[in-house]
Amino acid sequence: MIYLQLFLSFLKIGLFGFGGGLAIFSLIQHEVEQYGWMTQEEFVDILAISQVTPGPIGINCATYVGYTATGNVWGSLLATIAIVIPSLVIMLSICKVYFVISSRFQHNIYFTRTMHMLRLSVLGMIGAAALLLIKPINQPSVSFIDWSSWAIFTVTCALTILPLFLKTTDSNGYSTTKRAIFSKTALNILSHPIILIVLAGIAGYIIYR
Amino acid sequence: MLYLQLFWTYLKIGTFTIGGGYVMLSMIEREIVDRKGWIDREEFMNMIALAQAAPGLIAVNSAIFIGWRIGGWRGVIATVLGAVLPSFLIILAIAMVFQNYKDLPAVEAVFKGIRPAVVALIAAPLIRMAYSAKITWATAIIPIAGALLIWLGGLSPVWIIFVTVVATLLYTYLVEKRNKKV
Repeated sequence: MIYLQLFLSFLKIGLFGFGGGLAIFSLIQHEVEQYGWMTQEEFVDILAISQVTPGPIGINCATYVGYTATGNVWGSLLATIAIVIPSLVIMLSICKVYFVISSRFQHNIYFTRTMHMLRLSVLGMIGAAALLLIKPINQPSVSFIDWSSWAIFTVTCALTILPLFLKTTDSNGYSTTKRAIFSKTALNILSHPIILIVLAGIAGYIIYR
Repeated sequence: MLYLQLFWTYLKIGTFTIGGGYVMLSMIEREIVDRKGWIDREEFMNMIALAQAAPGLIAVNSAIFIGWRIGGWRGVIATVLGAVLPSFLIILAIAMVFQNYKDLPAVEAVFKGIRPAVVALIAAPLIRMAYSAKITWATAIIPIAGALLIWLGGLSPVWIIFVTVVATLLYTYLVEKRNKKV
């Protein structure tokens, strides 16, 4: 019956998945928890690998969750197909009427307001996904086991957020020194998810080995 | 051969972009608009708006739109397979190999370091996303309430999406109706 569960769950995830890969994590997390397909450790490791391998994060995650839940390729295939089906049905219906609605829908107040509100709700979903990993309800966290975990978390957050605040232009819009541009470029490279995951892995190896 | 070209283009995009849908969009733009000239930039922008507005993965939605627009049914099959296949095969290979090594002490140590970083990679982008969603102190209630309901209340995120859509449509309808009367 796990195959039916997987199929229906990912169908639901495909149907309600708004706002990109991170928001879809929240939906997948809820299903994984509800059906107990895998341990918390396995789930977090899947999130890590989904983010650093090529392709859409949602597909990566679906394929991996399907494999881990069933232990074989058919689980992967089923989950991946299920997450794509709602997209196919809805996008193809939209495409058929596209030339009628063309670009006018973008100025429709019902559309713009719903999109704005959805973006806000999605923030909450992503926040909840993070909170559930920091402190799951009724069980100890597997992601945060000691103070070193918090140190890695803080440094990774800081490196991700820092490039947002580093300015390479002054108040008149002229670019500042070459050095500022260089440090911005360096920071942009350093704040790439892959680099951060690799660094955290090295830190883990040194600390916990 | 058009379908093969569509498949190949999306296969390339699926294989060489890391970081999900939004990163893929810029590469899709370069391949589909600049290099192949299959659709113009304005239509591409409309496509992005549609791909984001529709539920599902943005990369897959855009693949469906472009496949349909250029090659009809067969085009859709070509682009969706191209977008999904690299992910599927790469992840499957990793999952099978990782299964055998995950209990090694060294691998376990590495992942103990990676896990908190993963949480940070989920949490930290919230600041940029909140900024681009034009959040205010008043509207911050929506994500905060949603996060608490899911985290502490165990509510399914599906309900959050559902209630958001229905409530916004209803509210907009009522406001519009009142405005017409005045």
